[in-house]
Amino acid sequence: MESPSAESFLRQMATLQALERELTTLSQSGRLRGSLHLAQGQEAVPAGACAALQPSDYLTATYRGHGYVLAKGCSLDGVLAEILGKATGLACGKGGKMHLFDLSHGLLGTNGIVGAGVGSVVGAALTAKMDRNGRVGLTVFGDGAINQGHVHEAMNMAALYQLPVIFLCENNLYAEMTPLHRSHGNVNLLERASSYGMDAIQVDGNDPFKVYEVVKKAVDLGRSGGGPTFIEALTYRTVGHYQADAGTSYRTLEEIEEWRQNSPIKRLSARIGPDAEKIIDEADELVHEAVERALGSPDPDPATALQGVFA
Amino acid sequence: MREITFAQACNEALRHELQRDSSVFMIGEDIAHYGGMFRVTDGLMAEFGEDRIIDTPISESGFLGMALGAALAGKRPVAELMFIDFSLVAMDQILNNIAKTHYMSGGAAKVPLTIVTQGGGYKGAAAQHSQMLEALFLHVPGIKVVTPSTPADAKGLLSASIRDDNPVLFIEHKQLLNLKGHVPEGEHLVPLGSAHVIQPGTDVTVLTYSYTVQLCRNVVQELSSFGVSVELVDLRSLNPLDWDTISQSVTKTHRVLIVHESHKRCGVGVDLAAQIQEQLFDELDAPIGICSAADVPIPFAAGLESEVLPTESRIRKAILEVMGREV
Repeated sequence: MESPSAESFLRQMATLQALERELTTLSQSGRLRGSLHLAQGQEAVPAGACAALQPSDYLTATYRGHGYVLAKGCSLDGVLAEILGKATGLACGKGGKMHLFDLSHGLLGTNGIVGAGVGSVVGAALTAKMDRNGRVGLTVFGDGAINQGHVHEAMNMAALYQLPVIFLCENNLYAEMTPLHRSHGNVNLLERASSYGMDAIQVDGNDPFKVYEVVKKAVDLGRSGGGPTFIEALTYRTVGHYQADAGTSYRTLEEIEEWRQNSPIKRLSARIGPDAEKIIDEADELVHEAVERALGSPDPDPATALQGVFA
Repeated sequence: MREITFAQACNEALRHELQRDSSVFMIGEDIAHYGGMFRVTDGLMAEFGEDRIIDTPISESGFLGMALGAALAGKRPVAELMFIDFSLVAMDQILNNIAKTHYMSGGAAKVPLTIVTQGGGYKGAAAQHSQMLEALFLHVPGIKVVTPSTPADAKGLLSASIRDDNPVLFIEHKQLLNLKGHVPEGEHLVPLGSAHVIQPGTDVTVLTYSYTVQLCRNVVQELSSFGVSVELVDLRSLNPLDWDTISQSVTKTHRVLIVHESHKRCGVGVDLAAQIQEQLFDELDAPIGICSAADVPIPFAAGLESEVLPTESRIRKAILEVMGREV
């Protein structure tokens, strides 16, 4: 599998950026319910990582995982309609932004609980090994999830059974509002993961090519029976943890500004040159039209709220 | 019909389902090489191999999360949780993830996952190895709860649980595992949500499940010689609940006692009593009785434990109270 072009990466990242801009507007005007966890500044990780996966590979992501969902190939219309609580959404309005599922694209769920989707991917990877179907599973989580017991149980078992899993940790330096040095006894995440007996690699998470490269290598290792890999993607959330957090009370403005200048979209746009603006404009338009379509979609029939607890 | 133990009956159901459906596999602690703490998985690894009978580390949250992922990927996993008490370290996976995934996905995802576990007291296993925690799982929608009391029902309900397209918590009772009984050979299915009227009666309905069914049987026999006609109903599964059988029985006897081993507060008895008084208030001739564990942790010493858990004498007393008879 060849690496996507710079233009293709930018399109993916700009789509995520546009989606978040639209969602912010909708949230501020009260048309979007619930929490909104943005991934601004982190767009290169989903773009690079998902480019190394096949549609049939498994994925779980976090409540900040809509970029992965889109990059995995799930329908923008289905995702937007779900985020807006519409009947045409991926989950018919029952899941919302934190609970996106699309089994046809290997998406086993985004999750509202930190670290909770990690075991699912390890289990799906177990079935891939059982059936020898060559699939791999990728689970993305943040540096905060590294302190959840479930994540460590899952990492241990993936290494024990030599399962085709990529543990992709987005290290954006803050677990919600708490910096690493105040939440991690050992801030060296590679050491913590490699202690389970798997390769652990750090990568510049603001460069989609580099992310693609390391994930591709991990995917190849998994497909060939070589077991799991842990990848730490260094990145930065240039906005708050969620819509009500400005993100400035626990970080300096200088630090935020420095990362904004280093944002993956800025970096890639500079590399592409004048064509970048056009790509970004196109993504804006594409997403805006999708938002209009989603807003015009029907609301779920209230009676459906009481249905579907069991299959 | 031949007699086998409750544990052997579960083993037969597992073997049968593993044979008939290649998507069924098992995952849990000490289930493969060792054959299970209570021998429920004895011999399965030899027959089905280590790929389908998988020993895990002591990581309940981890392997239940894996079972969920495997179910989403098309398998029909059976996860063994050695003690129901250990579910408490995995509640996020069970109740936030396994139970909710079908609904949260708008029906797109199915979770055909059976968690086989074992609970209950009377053995001096003390506060962290003696609990019946079914009420916790009934409170959160999305997981079925099955509580057999006989070897035959254990086999039939376990097969039905594994074939169900939903998460099921199948609770064995440690006092029942060595109980012998007649069990049909070959395929045997008992549908979830079907209560069993063990003994018809006219004076009072006793609703119970799991090990306390056996205690109630003895009491009911004894009371019949004193002219008290008890209708003894084994609920067998608590979600789904066989409301029709409950309703018919209450409409016949007009008096109800609910017996269970778990605690009273926010428990099954309180829940059933609420449903019965809401829907059958005019049928009742007496307040609904509940005989349950006292609301304290399960103590260790024999004399203390029997003070807390339902006993035959306590059940007898409770039945007579509902009857309005002198105790």
